[in-house]
Amino acid sequence: MIYREAGQFKTSYAGDQAIFPIVQDRVVVALAVVAAFVLPTRFADEYWLQAILIPFLIYALAAIGLNLLTGYAGQLSLGTGGFMAVGAYSAFKLSTAFPWLNIVVVFLLSGVIAALVGVVFGLPSLRIKGFYLAVATLAAQFFLIWLFNKVAWFTNYASSGTITAPTRTMLGITVSGPTAAAPTRYVVALAFVAVFALVAKNLVRGRVGRSWMAIRDRDIAAEIIGVRPLKTKLLAFAISSFYCGIAGAEFVFLYLGSAETLAFDIGLSFLVLFMVIIGGLGSVLGSFLGAAFIVLVPIFLTNTPHAVGLLLPVALQKQIELMVFGGLIIFFLIVEPHGLARLWQIGKEKLRLWPFPH
Amino acid sequence: MRVRNVIVAVLALALAAGGLVTAAFAQSSTIFIPLLVYRTGPYAPSGIPIANGFVDYFSLLNERDGGINGVKVAWEECETQYDTKQGVECYERLKGKSPVLVNPYSTGITYQLIPKAPIDKVVVFSMGYGMSAASDGRWFPYVFSAPTNYWSQASAVIRYIGTQEGGLEKLKGKKIAHIFHNSPYGKEANPTLEELAKKYQFELTLLAVDHPGQEQKSTWLQVRRLNPDWIFMSGWGVMNQVAIKEASAIGFKMDRFIGNWWSANDSDVVPAGDGAKGYKGATFHAPGTNFKVHADIVKFVYDKNKGTGKKADMGAPLYNRGVVNAMFSAEAIRTAMGKYGNKVLTGEQVRWGFENLNLTEAALDKLGMKGFTHPVKVSCEDHEGSGPVLIQQWDGKKWNIVSDWVQPMREVVRPKIEAAAVEEGKKLNYTQRDCSKEK
Amino acid sequence: MISLLYQVFVGPLKDMAGHPAFLGEVVIGGVLAGMLYSLVALGFVLIFKASGVFNFAQGVMVLFAALTLVGLIERGLGVLLALVLTAVVMIALAFGIERIVLRPLVNQEHIILFMATIGLNFFLEGFGEMVWGANVKKLDVGLPDKSFMAAGMQINQLELSAGVIAAVLVVILAIFFQKTRIGRALRAVADDHEAALSIGIPLKTIWVVVWSVAGLVAIVAGIMWGAKSGVQFSLSLIALKALPVLILGGFESVPGAIVGGLIIGVGEKVGEVYWGPLVGGAIENWFAYVLALAFLLIRPQGLFGEKIIERV
Repeated sequence: MIYREAGQFKTSYAGDQAIFPIVQDRVVVALAVVAAFVLPTRFADEYWLQAILIPFLIYALAAIGLNLLTGYAGQLSLGTGGFMAVGAYSAFKLSTAFPWLNIVVVFLLSGVIAALVGVVFGLPSLRIKGFYLAVATLAAQFFLIWLFNKVAWFTNYASSGTITAPTRTMLGITVSGPTAAAPTRYVVALAFVAVFALVAKNLVRGRVGRSWMAIRDRDIAAEIIGVRPLKTKLLAFAISSFYCGIAGAEFVFLYLGSAETLAFDIGLSFLVLFMVIIGGLGSVLGSFLGAAFIVLVPIFLTNTPHAVGLLLPVALQKQIELMVFGGLIIFFLIVEPHGLARLWQIGKEKLRLWPFPH
Repeated sequence: MRVRNVIVAVLALALAAGGLVTAAFAQSSTIFIPLLVYRTGPYAPSGIPIANGFVDYFSLLNERDGGINGVKVAWEECETQYDTKQGVECYERLKGKSPVLVNPYSTGITYQLIPKAPIDKVVVFSMGYGMSAASDGRWFPYVFSAPTNYWSQASAVIRYIGTQEGGLEKLKGKKIAHIFHNSPYGKEANPTLEELAKKYQFELTLLAVDHPGQEQKSTWLQVRRLNPDWIFMSGWGVMNQVAIKEASAIGFKMDRFIGNWWSANDSDVVPAGDGAKGYKGATFHAPGTNFKVHADIVKFVYDKNKGTGKKADMGAPLYNRGVVNAMFSAEAIRTAMGKYGNKVLTGEQVRWGFENLNLTEAALDKLGMKGFTHPVKVSCEDHEGSGPVLIQQWDGKKWNIVSDWVQPMREVVRPKIEAAAVEEGKKLNYTQRDCSKEK
Repeated sequence: MISLLYQVFVGPLKDMAGHPAFLGEVVIGGVLAGMLYSLVALGFVLIFKASGVFNFAQGVMVLFAALTLVGLIERGLGVLLALVLTAVVMIALAFGIERIVLRPLVNQEHIILFMATIGLNFFLEGFGEMVWGANVKKLDVGLPDKSFMAAGMQINQLELSAGVIAAVLVVILAIFFQKTRIGRALRAVADDHEAALSIGIPLKTIWVVVWSVAGLVAIVAGIMWGAKSGVQFSLSLIALKALPVLILGGFESVPGAIVGGLIIGVGEKVGEVYWGPLVGGAIENWFAYVLALAFLLIRPQGLFGEKIIERV
């Protein structure tokens, strides 16, 4: 009833090809973005910001990055953790070597460095496909982690072997380091995700995205119609790693504050991949939904027994939590194999017809 | 289709609602201590006894003494699975209940909490782990690692090896291998060992084992070729069990194989069966249950069916670690009460208690812990106390103490700590405190 | 520069030639470790071959099998009886998985099925621990675990028996696949689901059978690995050790899993022992993947994988 597009006529190509061609969508998205900036900074407590919202935003950014590579360009990658580590360690080296450098510039540069590393490890994708390609990216994962662990230069020869986010300010506000307020860090993370989600959305609608999807759907056919696999695949690796690199830098600077290589181990790569698949391959919105699912569901499951006054031993509670989480993943896949984004879409279709479905 | 959507919508709503309810109610008449435990996941075999020891000792305090000086202790466990991210979530969740101190029980989580400690005014008590540099209290007022730390431990182990060889000067030309978990934790001991190798001219070989350490064939092939006189191990998790098994399989003399205090628990030696006989480990408290405190725990906790674990599992090194850790925490609170009164304290007051903690032999005796652990005195400069180390040995059934208290080499370790504290402190924009101005 | 080249290319080789007995020991150690990897990889191959599912939960299945076995032994059952009961449990698990997870997802893309096995992975992780506890347990089914000397080389009996058992297992599986009726049906399903269905091969039965066989292989892998480290949660992480083997050997090939295991095993041990010290050690984890990658660049479908014929 409310969600009705009747009467909205497109009189130009630009209008027809807009990201959100329906007025209601535009309004809702704009409201959501504003709400995301305003509400949590005013009302959320530190627990919500630090333990839920900030990691959610960072994972969402990484998931968008991986989704560009795996969902749009069809290249399965298990190296996300490694590329995030590249971003994190680059950001640490850059910001300690050039303390005057603006933190945003540091993040962007670390993204660029991660992109370069991504291109190198993307080279085997020209020959290897599918699950086999996972090995090339796993090699990246294990090698990069080993490298950062082994070479003390990356941690500035710290006796602790960990990297610590230095205190950096932007426009007079402390953005990273132990004294940075959670709302500030939240806003920075949100700004990055908002901008780069928009960029991603536009990328996949344009020439680049189309060539990625052509490669994904049938690479030989794509080559015949003039899509150059070398350029396209490597571009996918570069942009995906760029996203992951920024997410990695944020992971240390805005979320954890300090980290050892273990924080970027293979588990993280799997985690981001789960987000992408659960959320929906080939969907920017899906990356958000997947990140929300993977971050929120375990926390929800941990807090529920407390909320209803049921006090279980923590071990039992964790085990039940794992079982329910696993069960939910299977349940959602059976309900909708194409991810939460597809569910969303179905919901929208229904809403269009509601309340008169016929 | 509609039913399905309804289910999804309900789930989504429940999700949102459940997440909102995060903070429960903190009771204001008790001292709250959050326990970050790991009773599940790959490190559960180590995490379970520690957590049990902790909880049992606090239960004992409440049951026997009615708390600390009459103020009851409240605690809440939070499962971290030894994962840093889950640890942060736990800390943030429990922070709302105004805790006075936190025991992270993971090097990774400790590093997360150190910068937060002075801001949230919560003491980080990383007993024998965490950041060695934080032992310099002038830079890290809120972090305590008493009674000792990794660097002191490494030097004490070398001293022990020296006495076994007939004097430290006999170490010259001996071959010592350090097998370590390839992580910041595992590498902690390396710089100290390297310095000691130079000083006493023994031949040090560093062998890294990558996480998780399920497969160590190549490491032990290297050991076989090297044929070291002694092996020191900083292992963790499954790495310990496999290493002990491999060492016995290649016929290495087990009494020349010493694990650090995270590599010498019952769970580490049991899978290797008889092969583990003779294996040694460092510790800073005795194993076993022959102490009054254990009898009390049985009497006041287990006999009332309030025990967390099995009675038979008491006395494992890591169970006793939990007990000692809880005791230190309680005594620091007691010390603080001496100044601030017998009431619910703040983190700042407990910090003062830690800094002025002086556990004498007499005090330990009173706690039923005579001979269980060594007296320790913490000060503003020294948050570690350079506590001495014991060597325990596995006889196939239980651990026995086989050494006297071995003193660490403070003259070697302390300057390194001070140098590292400057470096780590500057990273956090800290300044050095003047300890003469502290009361 | 010259000395660096020497260190990298000449030194280790000279070392090998200088101490042949030790080299032999390294190689044998690698072969036996490789067989242990193969045991885990086999489970993956069986399931992938017959259903196209990359079973992420294989590692947890190994853990679950070992936990069940050791749990039953601890409750006073004889080793043999416990083995039989564990086998029954694993077969029941296969039935459950087919009914609850696979059947509703029939004909879905590979990646979706992969994700479903991840859900299964979480579930089994929690379930196994809830039933059997998280503590480390000693597993003793009476395998010898001492070492003996042969021609100046020290060989571990436990690893040797693992090697023999793995070899026997492969022979049995090969016969099962090649000679039995159900084996032929399995191969038919692997070639083409629809064609197999149309000639009356029951897909559901086939899936139950492969998941059961993979469960049985998981028991064997659980015993061998559990004997080394005790039965504990970390057993589930050995799946990571099997991945390079799997990729090198090809996802569909039983012999590939074995040969891949041998190449990875020997390769990573030789790499770690002779070249590891040059860069500070602990290289074997990524070295295995780099090794697999090097082979893949020559044969993109793995050593024994089926040749991919692409049509447009």
